Parts: sequence; C-alpha cells; structure tokens
Amino acid sequence: MALTATARDVLEGAFTPLWVRGEVSDFKAHRNGHWYFCLRDGDAQLKCVAWSRERRRIPAPPDDGMQIVAFGQLTVYPARGEMQFSVTRMEAEGDGLWRKALELTRARLHADGLLDLSRKRAIPRHPRRVAVITSRDGAALRDIFAVAQRRCPSVEIVLVPAAVQGDSAPESLCFALDQVARWGDADVVIIGRGGGAREDLWAFNDERVARALATCPIPTISAVGHEIDVSICDLVADLRAPTPSAAAEAAVPVQAELRERLRASAETLSALASDRVASARTCAGEVARGIARGASRRFDRGRLQLESSATRLNALSPLATLDRGYAIVRTAAGRTLRSVDRLEPGTPIELVMRDGTAAATVDRVLPNDRSAVASASGTGAES
Amino acid sequence: MSFEASMARLESIAARLEDDELDLDTALALFEEGVAELRAASAFLTQAETRLKQLNEAADGVFRVDDLRD
Repeated sequence: MALTATARDVLEGAFTPLWVRGEVSDFKAHRNGHWYFCLRDGDAQLKCVAWSRERRRIPAPPDDGMQIVAFGQLTVYPARGEMQFSVTRMEAEGDGLWRKALELTRARLHADGLLDLSRKRAIPRHPRRVAVITSRDGAALRDIFAVAQRRCPSVEIVLVPAAVQGDSAPESLCFALDQVARWGDADVVIIGRGGGAREDLWAFNDERVARALATCPIPTISAVGHEIDVSICDLVADLRAPTPSAAAEAAVPVQAELRERLRASAETLSALASDRVASARTCAGEVARGIARGASRRFDRGRLQLESSATRLNALSPLATLDRGYAIVRTAAGRTLRSVDRLEPGTPIELVMRDGTAAATVDRVLPNDRSAVASASGTGAES
Repeated sequence: MSFEASMARLESIAARLEDDELDLDTALALFEEGVAELRAASAFLTQAETRLKQLNEAADGVFRVDDLRD
C-alpha cells in the first residue's frame, strides 16, 4: 500500500536516529531471533524491535522493568501498519546490560566447569618461545617485547596477529588461538591488549573466545586492559595478568636467575665427577700416573687427535682431580680401563689429562699383587 | 632442546651419578652428556637481542615463523 510506505518515508525523514529513555515492558525474544518490547514512561509507550542482525552491539537482552536508553530509528512497519522504534544500541542504568551479559556468559562457563581453579595449569618457568595474540600495532606487543628484552633476551616472542576490537575481533581471536594450538611450538601464550573503553575490550568477554582459550593445549596468560578491568578471558586463562607488561613478567624468566641455576647444576655435576674419579683412582690411578708421565711428549699430537672428547671432559671437574696429576686411561675406542688385564705390549691407549689427551702404546705389562705397573713406550717413563 | 628440558636432563644425570654402584664408563658417558647439556643451556643464554617473530600460516596449513619488521 503506497500510503503506508509513504508514511514510513515521512516519519524516517522527520526523525533522524535518536536516543529514547524509558522502562522496558513486554519483552519477548522471538524464535526468529528478533526482540520485541515496549518502552514506557508515565503517559506514553513506544513499540520497539531489535532485529537480530542489527543488535550485535547490544550485549544482552533487557529485562522487564529495566530503565534503559535506546538508540534507533522511528519508522513504520508496513506489514502491520504500526509505528515502531527500530533499536540498534541500548544502555541500561548502572551498566545493567553489560553486567547481565557477563553474568550470563559466566554462568554458562561455570556450568561447564571451565572456571574451576583445578583446571589452572602452571606457567612454565623457562619458556623458549612465547606466543602473543594481540594486534600487530598495539601497545601490548611493544610492552611485552620491552619486558622480554630486559628480563631474558633468549626467549623468543612470536606474534600471532589478531583484531582485538570491533565486530570481527571475537572470530579473529578464536582463529589465532586455533593457530597457536595447531602450530604447537610455543611454550606459553599471552592473549590480550592494552586498556580502552569497555566496548573496545568486549571481545575478551566473548563466550566463543573464552571457550577457545579454555581448550588451548598450552598454558595461557590473559592480559586485558588496565588493572581494574576483569574479563571473562581472565577467568578462564591459567593466569590473569593485570597488564600486558605484567603478563610478560610472568612468562619470561630473569636471565640472571637462569645463569645461577645453570651454575649450580654445573657445580653439582663437577662435584659428582670429582667423587667418581677419586673412587676410581684405586684401580686406575697409579697406572695412569705412570703412563701419563711417559706420554708427556705426545701431548701436542694427542690433544689434536682427541680434543673433542677430552676437552668436553675437562670442562668438568674430573679436571680438579686431573689437575692433581691423575689421568684416565682409555682404549683407543674410548672405553675406560680399570685393570691391566687386557693390556699387552703394543696395545694403543689414550690418556686423558688435565690439558688434553695423549695417544700412547703399552710397552710392558706387569701385573702385581699390590699395584699394577705399566710403562709406556717413549722416553721419560719412571716408576 | 629447551632450557627447561636441558635442566631436567641435568638433574636426572646428577641423580644417577649419585649412585655409587655406577661403573666408570657409564659415569663418564653421563658426564659427557651433562657437559653437552650445560653447553646447550649456556648457548641459550648467550642470545643478546630478543627475537620478535610473527607466525604465518600458508594456505596448505604449514606454519612459518618470520622476522617481524617494523
């Protein structure tokens, strides 16, 4: 009917999109996804619709009795010949809709056990590689990089770029999480962005993002906005960091501490090596000493020949024992000898000493009750 | 191998070396392995500049980690 259509055009031309305040009543969420309700004040009411495709920016459906302001276009619905207000945005008093949306999401995640503290995994102490899901151009990446550089430059930072605000952000964040999972080569993942308006941070309250985060196979750290903002992602992640910088501090160890731990480990190994060599010396020590002296002239050649194995040993604390004049006797194949049993004149042997390795050949073998004495070919042998 | 894995291996080597019954050959082999792990872990700590990379996925699902240029 041309008249109804004309009335619509007149109405839409007369009223630009505007905000209307009122109390919600008769709210119905239809099966087709659209919401229908009335806005009332003391003496008037306005029929409202929120089309499913046009209410992405409305965080949750309002409840009857809620005081809201709604933004939309006054129009006529030709099929019914009714005036209605087509709503695209909505704010409730006291952030009611946002809180409601958060509570709804939170309740669903809670029902599925995704908020259980028992699900929280430990963040690795020494990650090799940290994946960072954020925008390429945001402050978050710069902050994380700066902290990593200061604490431990050995740790690699791998950006997995994603949109962190706007309508495409939830999908983009889910995709990035899926990439991190399929890639599988990071030790921990940070997801987040710097601070912003509540709507800018909203993607981190998205249920799909929260569920993707919960199924991430590697430990997760969330870092969304400023300290006071707590997002759904914060509740699901293994660790909530108040800011991206704090997330980097949680993920990246201090290099000096790693060095200290490494040094302690080297000392333990050295001490054990000393003990081991000391206890072995009763069977090999005297033999070794005798042969070692005899072979002293062959050091240069021997060092070159066996540097790879001997210097590796010398890096450790058999060194401390070798320094005192002991040597380890090995077969040419590198097997350690603890008896003269298998030695005979002409057997090639190796002497591992403080500063290198010598190749030597057995000259004589003299098994003895108290001690076995062998002398190596070459000059300088002494008892 | 990661620093974490190297440290774990070093701890397990140390634990085995505490066993007095261990024969010298095995002990020496363990020392040598321990030294290699110490070297690998030290090498990890020599990196002076943080590497900033970006994960890229090709159409066939193969991942590449490229330098991120400003």
